[in-house]
Amino acid sequence: MPVTVRIPTPLQRITSGKGEVPCDGATISELLADLERKHPGVKERICDEQGKLRRFVNVFVNEEDIRFLQGDQTPVKDGDEVSIIPAIAGGAPAAATPMVAASEGGA
Amino acid sequence: MSYVLGLKCRECGRLYPKDVIFVCEYCFGSVEVDYDYDAIRKTFTKAALATRPKSLWRYRELLPIDGEPRVGHASGFTPFFKAEALGKVLGVRELYIKDDSVSHPTLSFKDRVVSVALTKAMEFGFDTVACASTGNLANSVSALGARAGLRRFIFIPADLEAGKVVSSLIYKPTVVAVEGTYDEVNRLCAEIGAKYNWAFVNINIRPYYAEGSKTYGYEIAEQLGWRAPQHIVIPAAGGSLITKIAKSLKELKMLGFISDAGTRLYAAQATGCAPIVTTIKERADIVRPVKPNTIAKSLAIGNPADGYYATKAVLESGGAAESASDDEIVEAMQLLAQTEGIFTETAGGVTVAAARKLIEQGVIPRDESIVLAITGNGLKTQEPLMNRLGAPTRIKPTLSSFEQQLQETLAACQPRSA
Repeated sequence: MPVTVRIPTPLQRITSGKGEVPCDGATISELLADLERKHPGVKERICDEQGKLRRFVNVFVNEEDIRFLQGDQTPVKDGDEVSIIPAIAGGAPAAATPMVAASEGGA
Repeated sequence: MSYVLGLKCRECGRLYPKDVIFVCEYCFGSVEVDYDYDAIRKTFTKAALATRPKSLWRYRELLPIDGEPRVGHASGFTPFFKAEALGKVLGVRELYIKDDSVSHPTLSFKDRVVSVALTKAMEFGFDTVACASTGNLANSVSALGARAGLRRFIFIPADLEAGKVVSSLIYKPTVVAVEGTYDEVNRLCAEIGAKYNWAFVNINIRPYYAEGSKTYGYEIAEQLGWRAPQHIVIPAAGGSLITKIAKSLKELKMLGFISDAGTRLYAAQATGCAPIVTTIKERADIVRPVKPNTIAKSLAIGNPADGYYATKAVLESGGAAESASDDEIVEAMQLLAQTEGIFTETAGGVTVAAARKLIEQGVIPRDESIVLAITGNGLKTQEPLMNRLGAPTRIKPTLSSFEQQLQETLAACQPRSA
């Protein structure tokens, strides 16, 4: 049951430049574990030492923030789109690409 | 001389050089300026301060610039005074007002952050500055940027009050009215900022910009005679002011300027946009974004950038939070004007109304020192007052016409001092 996980630009170095990675799992937690198996190093960037999603990393299932669903236990099914989107200073979750350009000194 | 060591991630603690960086590349947390307090101690003394000009730059060691200030030489050090008449109405013994409604040059506390941000932007070599704003920031970037000779792009929600739009246009920046909420304007600006080599004061310059708010807290302590008040009620939009007032008091304590007063901080928002107040009241971990609907447009940020840190600062201080309806906001604006002679904007009404509720609920004790943060000017937000204040007494240009009206007026109005 592959679910497409969209990877923000700053993490694409870990995913060999891939912007989308098909992952397996019935929940967000399982998906992220599979993502880590496929591309080791991703998880420590988006989760803290306790394995909790970092404060400024947002995960969306079909445009819904999982914090307002069931967190990392939010169920996912075939065909769902999961996006990992870093929040930007200024509060609003933005598309991944612009955020990265700015954080890497684009300004 | 600079006292800035670098930037530090507020989440994971990673260190960065002092550069145009606003997000931690590792964990995406926001970064904050890190100072060399041991070096600061040597020159930043009460004796030294006593000889310095009365502007926000008197606290220069604690501001993140390397060279001399470029703008805002007359900004900051706004009036601070005991509000006897309002205190009497609210039934409290020791009430003070910190009045940034008369900030130079654009009548809001944003002159503090913009003075720092533009100085820093010029140090970085930018010739163009920009901002996403609910109005006051727009005015300040427009004005101080004009003085500095910078090109300015100002992004605002299209439904702002006329006073706030005119107060930007007069300085001839490029004003872009975006058909959307502030949160949508801000999101757009993040994309624009990634593409254009501009200093967005509240985005890529944010770590430096935000430090300017600390001067509001330093001044409260200094103007109280190097003493921290027991309670400060602060309006919240993005939540940065609360976090920076908290930081300012911590720094002054660390540097030995004040003793620990256990100052409690209180967040004030409009009921129609209260994501931070809700988070504080519910003791929640996550700030849930809202769609704003309030006359307090300068506070209408539904997804506050510093909501989490503001919540933390309030709760750590032992403070609380309260919101005010549109009617309560207007009543409070009138109350402040009619007791203390201060015409504040809607956000000031929010602060006064929230303080009133917190006092009535017994959350803020009546016999302790309380400061109200008044951060903006009412001349900019006149719309909500239209048709609510009555009209001038209209007469013919004759003495008899005046005296006929006077009979009615005298009966209706008694001086408070009588």
